[in-house]
Amino acid sequence: MGFGGWEMPIQYSGIIDEHQAVRNAVGVFDISHMGQFIASGSGAKDWLNYLLANNVERLDVGECQYTFLLNQNGGVIDDLIVYRTGEEKFLLVVNAALIEKDFEWMQAHLREGVHFENRSDHFAGLAVQGPLARKVFEAFFGGKYSIPSHNEIMEIKVDGESFFVARTGYTGEDGFEMFFPAVHAARVWNDILEKGAQHGIKPCGLGARDTLRLEMCYPLNGSDLSPERTPLEAGLSIFVDLQKAEFIGKDALVKQRTEGVKHRLVPFKMKDKSPPPRAHYAIQKNGGKIAEITSGSLSPSLNIGIGMAYIPTEFARINEEIEVDIRGKLFAATIEKKPLHKKQ
Amino acid sequence: MSNVPADLKYAETHEWVRIEENGTARVGITDHAQAELTDIVFVELPAMDAVVQAGHPIAVVESVKAASDIYSPISGTVIEINPALASNPALVNTDPYGEGWLYRLAVANPAEAETLKSPADYEAGLA
Repeated sequence: MGFGGWEMPIQYSGIIDEHQAVRNAVGVFDISHMGQFIASGSGAKDWLNYLLANNVERLDVGECQYTFLLNQNGGVIDDLIVYRTGEEKFLLVVNAALIEKDFEWMQAHLREGVHFENRSDHFAGLAVQGPLARKVFEAFFGGKYSIPSHNEIMEIKVDGESFFVARTGYTGEDGFEMFFPAVHAARVWNDILEKGAQHGIKPCGLGARDTLRLEMCYPLNGSDLSPERTPLEAGLSIFVDLQKAEFIGKDALVKQRTEGVKHRLVPFKMKDKSPPPRAHYAIQKNGGKIAEITSGSLSPSLNIGIGMAYIPTEFARINEEIEVDIRGKLFAATIEKKPLHKKQ
Repeated sequence: MSNVPADLKYAETHEWVRIEENGTARVGITDHAQAELTDIVFVELPAMDAVVQAGHPIAVVESVKAASDIYSPISGTVIEINPALASNPALVNTDPYGEGWLYRLAVANPAEAETLKSPADYEAGLA
């Protein structure tokens, strides 16, 4: 399938098989479609802190945080990870479909003292995820480097070219992500598969990436996040620092926090076996439609239907009973606590 | 390569029909269809005694990614549905022409089966 200009398989050996490999052993995802921006210079930190909702000041060199690019209304343009790779240097990893839009938005707010580049075409990316990811790291790097700590990044220079390796991911499992010059993509991919073979590594596609993240209730921009929804409505306020002096969207968020949110993004689980809930199916309560599913699927780990939706605050409580309209039939579900998949 | 048994008739939309005794027929989806749909996690079957027309949607087969309509290759009245699929929908993947059958019909018009594709024609269409 075409995805943000890259050809990406939905699956290799099968979504469920790949999903289980990541939960129980290890899998590798091609994440070359994602975008990479580099911001550097004496003004980079303050500039990013004005554009991003989380607080970049909290990052030491080598650390990262999940954050948002917001519009003036506090709506989500994109969710991303910002890595501080140097005292005055930052790597931003953004969603494939938003590369152009994010870059234009940031460029439009550019300041003196900031050098800002879109390096998305230069970088390929791989995510190695699963309880055995660490073993694959050791096999791949042959003991030359030790794996970064959780949410930390290291930059390795190979023939003068940067390889970024971060202990991050989108699956809820341990793992690492690597961004490196795209010319090396095929060789690195094959090498990871070869070195990971003894640990049962499997290549994984976008299908398993989606079921894995949904079980963890990690939002997907374009489905669960949109310019019409704020991080407060999405239940992600811990990634927003309203104490910061100023950032785009702050005023709207402060106002929303004072007035209270009308909807909240919450996960739900079907009570019994049912057709899988899917995006855009209606959610009902007391005979009326109250919401539309933003993401839904069969959960391979729980073997039952799961999903997320923006539910009116009065019903957005754990254990609240709702119904999902699937082709005109109603199926019972309950609102659950995040994450839906808990580690054994 | 997909398996296309020689003793069945096929629809353009990748369902198969096996004409059985006393004017009945058994229906399922082809090996090619199950491979394209990938891991099947839910099958919604017609109600007993439902009257169906050839070419009309009769069942829904769902993979992790998508729900797909299944069109009845032949007209008739539903007389049996595969009870095993409720607990094990993956039978459609593992044995599409055997344990993974979907439903049985009392055939309305036996001549209709002649309008379906032969194994050779169906297989040629997959190339």
